[in-house]
Amino acid sequence: MSGYLPDGLPIPVAENDGLSAPYWQGLREEVIRVQKCGGCGVLQFGPEWICHRCHSFDLGWTEVAGKGRIYSWERSHHPVHPALRAHGPYIVVLVELEGTGGLRMIGNLLGDPAQDVKVGAAVEAVFEHHEAAEPKYSLLQWTYVETSP
Amino acid sequence: MSSRSLRGRVAVAGIGETAYYKHGQSPDPEFKLALMAILRAAEDAGIDPREIDGFASYSNDRNEPSRLSAALGIHELRFANMQWGGGGGGGSGAVGNAAAAIATGMADCVVVFRALAQGQFARFGQGPQSPTIDGDKAFEAPYGMMSPGQRYAMKVMRFLEEHGIAPSAQRGIALASYHHAQANPRAVMHGRPLDAEKYDDSRWIVEPFRLFDCCMENDGAAALILVSAERARDLPHKPCYLLSAAAGSEHRCAAPSHNAPTYASSSFTTVAPHLYRMAGLSPGDVDVVQSYENFTGGVLVSLVEHGFFEPEAAAEFLTKENLVAPTGKLPLNTSGGNLAECYMHGLELQLEAIRQIRGASTSQVPDAEVSMVCSGPLVTPVSSMILGGEATL
Ligand SMILES: [Zn+2]
Repeated sequence: MSGYLPDGLPIPVAENDGLSAPYWQGLREEVIRVQKCGGCGVLQFGPEWICHRCHSFDLGWTEVAGKGRIYSWERSHHPVHPALRAHGPYIVVLVELEGTGGLRMIGNLLGDPAQDVKVGAAVEAVFEHHEAAEPKYSLLQWTYVETSP
Repeated sequence: MSSRSLRGRVAVAGIGETAYYKHGQSPDPEFKLALMAILRAAEDAGIDPREIDGFASYSNDRNEPSRLSAALGIHELRFANMQWGGGGGGGSGAVGNAAAAIATGMADCVVVFRALAQGQFARFGQGPQSPTIDGDKAFEAPYGMMSPGQRYAMKVMRFLEEHGIAPSAQRGIALASYHHAQANPRAVMHGRPLDAEKYDDSRWIVEPFRLFDCCMENDGAAALILVSAERARDLPHKPCYLLSAAAGSEHRCAAPSHNAPTYASSSFTTVAPHLYRMAGLSPGDVDVVQSYENFTGGVLVSLVEHGFFEPEAAAEFLTKENLVAPTGKLPLNTSGGNLAECYMHGLELQLEAIRQIRGASTSQVPDAEVSMVCSGPLVTPVSSMILGGEATL
């Protein structure tokens, strides 16, 4: 087991048109990339071929900080995949990324799967690398920000 | 009446369904189930099935109109319609599409149907088994989010958190469905009652949903036949008129990776106002509601977005007493619905809404004249419809 969840879950790859390839490559390099419109400057995620605001096709990618707040969460108990049988509960969070105009990403909340989850709590990114997988890939996980004493 | 309205122009001629089975237990293949339901609807309507000239369905039903037309030997095919989108979001939309075809003269006799045999095909509640995944699902599946329940728990949890609603507010919805199923011999859960203690003791599937918050998966088929209002008056059953239908979802509802601007929604916030406007009715006029339960939390949000109560009043409103026929303030899912009658992808809810207008439900609401269906919360597009008896015209 090389991550928060057991090995054997589907490996994320870019579509055959390459739309999300810069995102997945970014996680390999420990950066979070979202789309940035060359026309109006809006940030966009998940990726699309057009800017939803100004309809420009000139979309590049920009790095954003690995900080955010828990927007919603769930604790999953029932196994939905053979790899999760007998694994027990785990937490999935939806995180709103700081400084992005409210863009959200899904990840797991690292730590005790029985822990309390607080909407609005500050979290920071942890890159989880799956080096033994074929193809290799990386996931974006989250952990509560340590509050200084 | 504006010509750009369906109000009162189309009526239900007949309804039909097969026996309902636990998933994988149908003795018949899916296509045969579809044929059986359509023939029963025609028989109920007193119409020769060869007179059907249109088909409407949703959720990528596998039973194509051309094959159905050939198999049934219908005289002429004039309308073949599929409402896009998954889950049960298209149940009322398909009825609206069929009615629009009749109201505009594109067809005269349209059957709306849905057939499912999950033993023959894949189940809904399990994740992808392929080694890699791409597109939207790649942002979810590697984190263990794969089933509809997991996808929609995230939305419902946000709604509950925003409005300070405890997950236990969902309980009365499950209790009402099971209560109604005990009166309904068609129901898969007939003879298997549910009480509050059994609900509270049930395991979590994905918080905030317990086992009894989640729909079943079933095999079977259901169909209903629509004709013009004029023609319906000459048919055997008391006419049941379509007063309105609306489908859709909010601005950028499908923004990938859970980025919908109106995230904590069942997707009805823009649809419900169109529904009431076409019907010329308001929530207080509604006598009985069938609200698609993929998950009880989705029903809770659907009822809020259709204006039956404010979110903060959810726990107070959604008691079993308020939701059961004949005495409840808002009788809900009076056949048992997706939770306890059959998960016929929601089309059993349309049939039950029609029975309420006919006065033929096993949990009849006295003098029901306005009967609503909300189809497929949390997905996109969703849809809803209002039926009415003669007195509503
Ligand atoms: Zn732009």
